Amino acid sequence: MNKAAKGTWVEIENEVLSASERAPQVPEDTKTTPLMMWTRGFMIEESASIGDFVSVTTLSGRIVKGKLVEISPRFEHDFGKPVQELLRTGVNLKEEITK
Amino acid sequence: MRDLSYKAVMGRKNDIMKAAVGIDYNDFEYGNIAFDYDGMMEKVAYSMEEMQKIQRATKVGNTPLFEVKNINKLIKKCSEKGKGARVFIKDEAANASGSFKARRAAISVYHAQKLGYKGVIAATSGNYGAAVASQAAQRGLKCIIVQEVYDSKKKGQPEIIEKARKCESFGAEVIQLTVGPELFYTFLKILEETGYFNASLYTPFGIAGVETLGYEIANQMMDMEGKYPDAVVATHAGGGNLTGTARGLIKAGVTNCNVVGASVDLKGLHMASDKDFNRKSFTTGHTGFGIPFASWPDRADVPRNAARVLRYMDRYVTVTQGEVFYVTELLAQLEGIERGPAGNVSLAAAISLAKEMDENQIVVVQETEYTGAGKHPIPQLTFARENGIEISIGDPKGNIPGKTIVIPESIDQISAIDVDLLKLKTSYIKNAVKNNTAVELNSDDIDYIAKDVNLPKNKVVGIIDQLNQ
Repeated sequence: MNKAAKGTWVEIENEVLSASERAPQVPEDTKTTPLMMWTRGFMIEESASIGDFVSVTTLSGRIVKGKLVEISPRFEHDFGKPVQELLRTGVNLKEEITK
Repeated sequence: MRDLSYKAVMGRKNDIMKAAVGIDYNDFEYGNIAFDYDGMMEKVAYSMEEMQKIQRATKVGNTPLFEVKNINKLIKKCSEKGKGARVFIKDEAANASGSFKARRAAISVYHAQKLGYKGVIAATSGNYGAAVASQAAQRGLKCIIVQEVYDSKKKGQPEIIEKARKCESFGAEVIQLTVGPELFYTFLKILEETGYFNASLYTPFGIAGVETLGYEIANQMMDMEGKYPDAVVATHAGGGNLTGTARGLIKAGVTNCNVVGASVDLKGLHMASDKDFNRKSFTTGHTGFGIPFASWPDRADVPRNAARVLRYMDRYVTVTQGEVFYVTELLAQLEGIERGPAGNVSLAAAISLAKEMDENQIVVVQETEYTGAGKHPIPQLTFARENGIEISIGDPKGNIPGKTIVIPESIDQISAIDVDLLKLKTSYIKNAVKNNTAVELNSDDIDYIAKDVNLPKNKVVGIIDQLNQ
């Protein structure tokens, strides 16, 4: 889905500070990167594609402009892969408590 | 048109903050660097009764306190004869939004509403965001949470992403940024743009809100066991948790309880480093906040931080990431409750302390937090592995922040490490001198510093003399 219609829940991107504008106290590795910002909201324009400059109404009612980077952004965090070490921990604990 | 450049906005910091917290901190300044902390807490914050009422109205407080009997059985087994104190847990996950942070948010958001603000803003990647969002939802205020979430590749800590989801579920707007202290610049811009209240973690409201937690612990313990706890362990990061809890214990009349701070050891990782950002598994409750905030509290987002741990902390210990994941598993497997790892930092420390304490003593772990996708040992360890961290089972002494996570083999390996409190206090005094080179410290200032680090005045003078040599 590369096109969004008015009212679609989207994510926009903005560069807050370029790499050369970073604060003096920032560590060297971070200084080589810009400070980026993402905001989500309902798209105001009739239609737009990924990469277009659009406006959104956020959940607090602000209108924010930025580059459209995601349409219907999904939370993809999950419960991860089985961690063998923790599974072992559980088994050991059950044994220990019954000893 | 307002100048929105970094320099211009940072230059307007004091005016923006004054408008956004409604407190004139100048009212409490005296001497050259001193300020009347107790006066500020008394005049600005609310009374215990008022706070209990405010919190009750929005589903906060009166959380259960229970003994973790199976864990205690294991502690007893690996302690010397006569040792092995009983551990109790205050289940703060039961608050609206799932953590003790709801106590802080409840007071801040109530106050914002009372002063007529239309909305609240908080800069936080932690549970506090969801807490503010939950309270704002109940009071009909708008809410914006500003989070530091991503590295430069837009790879985010699963724990923080989960918190963003939770904030949105309460109807808050979430602004997400890459790593860096200039988050404060964005925060100021949004405060100025919206005119909303700064629901900072560090205002008197944010700290006093936790006093009810210490107060409840004291009274519940007295009801259950006929005595106050011998030790209370609080996870320490910015300092509000420990400060508020200790103040609440004192207000309940508890005089001889050891207040212990605990942080996850993340030594060697730079908090603002793009590369280090995703090499840690804990985004709060760690030494990266704990040490700097203890040794200079006024680095917060308000002119005077109401969280001042050195006044209240009797002991400060660190535990490893592996130990905290282990005790999180312990809590699930033996006590049948799944809670988030970050809230279990103090549990890891308490287990270690309990082994040295007498068997008739009681140690209270003063919080738990909710758990869920991303905010759980398995996704956090999966993420660590994806970021090149080695995970193994063995002696937790083998934990190297940013390189290895070693899950203990058994409970007897859990061993908190003491942080030298005098060194921390000396470092506070060093900062007080260094940050105020333009002024001479007078007698009021020395008195104030002595109170702020909880040392006798002559000791403070001695340390300053040493520094000047």
